Amino acid sequence: MTLLEVDGLSAYHGLLHAVRGVSFTVPERQILAVVGANGAGKSTMLRTIAGAHKAAAGTVRFDGADITTRPAHRRVKLGIALVPEGRKLFADLTVEENLQIAGRHARPGPWSLGTVLDAFPILVPLRKRPAANLSGGQQQVAAIARAVMTNPRLLIVDEASLGLSPMAVDGVYECLRVLQDAGTTLLLVEQDLQRALSVADDVICLLEGRIVLSAPTGTVTRDHVTAAYFGLHRSERA
Amino acid sequence: MTWINAIVQGILLGGLYALFACGLSLLFGVMRIINLAHGDLAVLGAFLVWTISTQADISPFWGLLLALPVMLVLGYVLQRTVLSRSLRGGPLTPLLVTFGLGIVIQNGLLQAYSPDVRSLGGSAGRVATGSWRLTDQLSIPYIGVLTLATAVLVLGGLHLVLRRTGFGRDMRATAQDPDTATLVGVPAAAVYARATAIAVAIATVAGAFLAVHSTFDPASGPTQLIFAFEAVVIGGLGSLWGTLTGGIVLGVAQTIGASIDPQYSILAGHLVFLAVLASPRGRSLISRSRA
Repeated sequence: MTLLEVDGLSAYHGLLHAVRGVSFTVPERQILAVVGANGAGKSTMLRTIAGAHKAAAGTVRFDGADITTRPAHRRVKLGIALVPEGRKLFADLTVEENLQIAGRHARPGPWSLGTVLDAFPILVPLRKRPAANLSGGQQQVAAIARAVMTNPRLLIVDEASLGLSPMAVDGVYECLRVLQDAGTTLLLVEQDLQRALSVADDVICLLEGRIVLSAPTGTVTRDHVTAAYFGLHRSERA
Repeated sequence: MTWINAIVQGILLGGLYALFACGLSLLFGVMRIINLAHGDLAVLGAFLVWTISTQADISPFWGLLLALPVMLVLGYVLQRTVLSRSLRGGPLTPLLVTFGLGIVIQNGLLQAYSPDVRSLGGSAGRVATGSWRLTDQLSIPYIGVLTLATAVLVLGGLHLVLRRTGFGRDMRATAQDPDTATLVGVPAAAVYARATAIAVAIATVAGAFLAVHSTFDPASGPTQLIFAFEAVVIGGLGSLWGTLTGGIVLGVAQTIGASIDPQYSILAGHLVFLAVLASPRGRSLISRSRA
């Protein structure tokens, strides 16, 4: 069953036409990886899906309902959560407070402070610490945990591994596996192609705001994606 | 002894300034708005209390209790209609909008109530006029103690709400990062509106106490705004207990100035404010707000 359906979506980042008529679908319980160079429009696209950014054209349908004009906090209630690029924890608040804020506005579901801390045990000793005092990897886990507190059906993670040590990245993907096992649909932006191709079911590649490659991960090679990533196909396609 | 008296009276007066500063500090902390209409909203509240208590012939303190829900609603609507739009226009627009709002309120009050100077001191009875006489030169007025106690209660209550309740956490999260707050489900616009409602209600409390303490007229707002602003800056932006300290420092400076010579009262307060601005802390405050 299709959970997320994006059709002809366009969005501006300031004056830049960052997302230009993007269409794709994400079936329930699947993992879709989005790759693309810096400035390809990935973040703007994700933020538009989550409602933090206005769509200029096109529609976003979630579980069959058109949510294109709904504000972000309403989409959270429907089950869309975004882990923003750069983690964006509330720095002066403790880890626990960060989680509680998300929990207060959550969609009803299995995740609560207790179950989230069980699922992400590295947060337990950090509960009372201000979020600003966490390492990058810990912050990323806390940011994912905060999003999970809202009981998302679709979890969108922007740049899960950016700026983290390889060990911390493993920790983050460990967390994502927990969610996958719990039946959450995932939409990931990932710079690390190898990792994106190994975790995801499908991959789409953005270039200058357009989808230049969309395929199941089993059918594409790294070279394929790299070529799309840098726009090497374009002369052939044109 | 006159010095001790000056300090004691200053501390009590500081309670009033802290009440005025509290709402200003809250709005700045949550929305990064400097509400230039804050003093005028307080005076509007004072007029409302005056109207209620003279019409119904009740004590101004009961009048204040009846006025509070009205002002809460007013604050909520104000944010939802005027301030939220001005916020979208960048950081300078709310400054201009609240400046204009202040003028509208002042002239509206002038039209409705005439420029007469009023006071609620008379109808408040012994609370306004009585005092504990400790020595010949030192007496502690009831109203001063009541004001200071109210200020401590309001600031303490606000502090507890911000630290301990879900709504308080929402407010702190929205203050830090409204964009991310909405992404975790916090309705930022509603949080702003409630914060404004609270700030306007606290301004009304301050206005009512001013009216019982001394006199007020439609043009009283801007002076109170300046005192509130000074108290906030002296105490440190965004810190609630700092606001109380700031109010008290300002109050003590004014009463000490007045005991040297009555005409130095206000000036002494301004000088302390300028000294704080010129101090390393004041400089860090300015550079931080630029960053």
